[in-house]
Amino acid sequence: MTTIENLSLSRRRFLQGSAGLTLGFMLPGALAAVAGPGKAGSGTISPVHFEPNAFLRIGADNFVTVISKHLEMGQGTYTGLATILAEELDADWQTVRIEGAPADAKRYNNLFWGPAQGTGGSTAMANSWEQMRKAGAAGRAMLVAAAARKWKVPASEIAVHAGVVSHAASGHKASFGQLAELAAAETVPDKVALKDPKDFKLIGKQAKRKDTADKVNGKAVFTQDIHLADMLVAVVAHPPRFGATVKTFNASAAKTIKGVVDVVKIPQGVAVLATDTWSAKKGRDALSVTWDESAAFTLGSDEIFARYKELAKTPGQVAAKTGNADQAFAQAAKVVSASYDFPYLAHAAMEPMNCVMRLNADGLEVWNGEQLHTGDQYALAALLGLKPEQVNIHMLYAGGSFGRRACKDSDYVLEAAQIVKASGGKAPIKLVWLREDDMRAGYYRPLFHHTLEAALDAGGKLTGWRHRLVGQSIMLGSPFEKVMIKDGVDVVSVEGAANLPYAIPNLTVDLHTPTDIKVPVLWWRSVGSSHTAYSTETFLDQVAAAAGKDPVALRLELLADHPRHAGVLKLAAAKADWGKPLAPGKAGERRGRGVAVHESFNTCVAQVAEVTVAKDGSVKVDRIVCAVDCGTAINPDNIRSQVEGAVGFALSAALHGEITLKEGRVEQGNFDGYPPLRINEMPKVEVHIVPSSAAPTGIGEPGVPPLAPAVANAIAAASGKRLMRLPFNSATLAA
Amino acid sequence: MIKLNVNGKTRQVDIAPDTPLLWALRDTLQLTGTKYGCGQALCGACTVHVDGTPMRSCSVPISAVAGRKVTTIEAVDTQRVGKAVQEAWRKLDVVQCGYCQSGQVMSAVALLSKNRKPSDADIDNAMSGNLCRCATYVRIRAAIHEAAKALA
Repeated sequence: MTTIENLSLSRRRFLQGSAGLTLGFMLPGALAAVAGPGKAGSGTISPVHFEPNAFLRIGADNFVTVISKHLEMGQGTYTGLATILAEELDADWQTVRIEGAPADAKRYNNLFWGPAQGTGGSTAMANSWEQMRKAGAAGRAMLVAAAARKWKVPASEIAVHAGVVSHAASGHKASFGQLAELAAAETVPDKVALKDPKDFKLIGKQAKRKDTADKVNGKAVFTQDIHLADMLVAVVAHPPRFGATVKTFNASAAKTIKGVVDVVKIPQGVAVLATDTWSAKKGRDALSVTWDESAAFTLGSDEIFARYKELAKTPGQVAAKTGNADQAFAQAAKVVSASYDFPYLAHAAMEPMNCVMRLNADGLEVWNGEQLHTGDQYALAALLGLKPEQVNIHMLYAGGSFGRRACKDSDYVLEAAQIVKASGGKAPIKLVWLREDDMRAGYYRPLFHHTLEAALDAGGKLTGWRHRLVGQSIMLGSPFEKVMIKDGVDVVSVEGAANLPYAIPNLTVDLHTPTDIKVPVLWWRSVGSSHTAYSTETFLDQVAAAAGKDPVALRLELLADHPRHAGVLKLAAAKADWGKPLAPGKAGERRGRGVAVHESFNTCVAQVAEVTVAKDGSVKVDRIVCAVDCGTAINPDNIRSQVEGAVGFALSAALHGEITLKEGRVEQGNFDGYPPLRINEMPKVEVHIVPSSAAPTGIGEPGVPPLAPAVANAIAAASGKRLMRLPFNSATLAA
Repeated sequence: MIKLNVNGKTRQVDIAPDTPLLWALRDTLQLTGTKYGCGQALCGACTVHVDGTPMRSCSVPISAVAGRKVTTIEAVDTQRVGKAVQEAWRKLDVVQCGYCQSGQVMSAVALLSKNRKPSDADIDNAMSGNLCRCATYVRIRAAIHEAAKALA
């Protein structure tokens, strides 16, 4: 076993400025073994082609294929990466297509994650920016060199435009395809010149998504759509509580069902294998399983909250400390305090977790919406006694993920492999989780309790801030533990709270991390910021009210040293006509406007919400005005699309999202108990992008955190009532 | 054996009559454009047309659709409305993950087949059975208006 850690660049530099927080990844086996020439994807490859690097292939057929090392799960990564490369290549956008890369950490690692390949933390564009530019520029230089050699003209006189290489003086002209074979013979340049951003033709313009066409005609292939010869579908009976195991089971009834082929016990439960999904489900439902619940987790959400509230009365591990908060509170003219409760949240991607595997003589072939290539590859190899390079992963489109497909424990992927193992590897297996399996499997956004206190002096100035958080650690026990837990503090538990941007002279943030709560937890779109933005930004509004200050004015006053935060805040406020009265509602309706600003994944987002609260307390969110600073805008329309979607995703959680446990059992199983937002609840959304020439930062997640606090602040403005727990209980808002 | 009429073709399927149309389409006929999302008619990802009416195929047994005309996403472009909806979806880049979009397109086609000029309220009514976890709703609304314009 080789342990590789502290190897490379920082994934989360954004957390604490430039503090070199490095992400290590513990990998069994020798890393070098991962590398292999492996061919990317499974598309048709032109027999004559030019492949200057791991990210680009140009065929004699003129197709420019960009190889994406990152998963496309809706966030627009395939199109974004291709835009960057095609820009420097000067390709014709119409001829560009994208293929998913194989699992190969040497060629396709996430540059912010050291030696690991994977997609997350809104890093795809940020870590690939230079890499893809250079890959495109190298291809262009080699095409130019080939043309110069062929035409016997100086390379400096050659122009490239939209996939055509030309030499004006001699009148020579050739397509990329015509030059492909010659370019392949050229030397890959050590150094390449990159474009001046003022010459960009694709970046910052309207490059259309490359996956739209196949996603509107049913042709896009997700894991759920894979069908292999002789494949069996597996549906699993899972334990009713976390930590329970199979004691005994009787499969006789299941085996009488037509289509059921086999029933096998695995560590995760009992799997029914059938020729089709419906037969497998019927077989699963016909099983009789007795569970050993002696080691099962049996607490309910109410008991967990009660324990957390007790813990919150005592100091935790210090996560941030400035000045002397105790002194500030001792001298305060006014103290404001509040506490907040956040439930467990399921990712509930539209495509429930699933995975296809086939064991063959060379090793294991995997089809998956693969988000954590290296982790899954090594975990599978270890389970099946293979070398990592014998695990060949086909990365398919994921029908959503929001973090779930990057499971730190490779849970559903290993479950599929256990079934392959238990059934002797005789047939390819498609593991299908039904919606209930997916929703009850854990790996939730952790449940949290926060307490906050603010000290104000006689002049209304904010002099002290205490923030205490109680909740399970995501990173504990994960491959990321060693670098993401510092002095007992999981940095993602307190992100957004420990790095509060506001100039407060005396501040303490501390954390309790209970380890006796055995509910699996995981990163959920925007991770720690999914709760810290809510508590900090709604509490700051309470402080503004106590100080008699306007919420935008107070924030700007405290953000003097944070121009990007201030920039998005000013832009959103201006576009939303902050300070001007809202149009009144109908009789009995109360309307209000609220604001929040938050930085996550190095991107700053401010949102202004406009809401209407009806007499019975029901809330309608009318409009959200967003301002975003994510550095260079690679695809402005995709940025708008991601922020629109983030608003809806976050509003789902604010209005409805709650996974609850009773005696250790998850109470929700489908979209009736855990209802995502529907179209009739979707507000109007405006997205304004701050012009920037800085390197691009994340966009998949940062639209989420400010939404719930902006809406809650608007509700408070309308109704005078503060919402201290999520999801919102509108009954408390009745007039 | 049950005879199904799918996308204008007669198909014989030798599976249990209680099998939901969704799984017959996906597992037996290999028409995988229609998606599984919930199995309880809560999310709309499995929406197909049966005799022109949108239905959640996860909750319709094949025995109930024998002899009726089933249209799936794979054939929706044979209709003028289907073409217009897909074109609007492409023009506005509606999709994100895309998993729910077959169902969204089928519901939008059903709406526009009956109502050529839907209001926002009409759209909300017709489309609120179709979940999109990426929340592409702003663009779904806009694309339906766009398709309506093209069809006018």
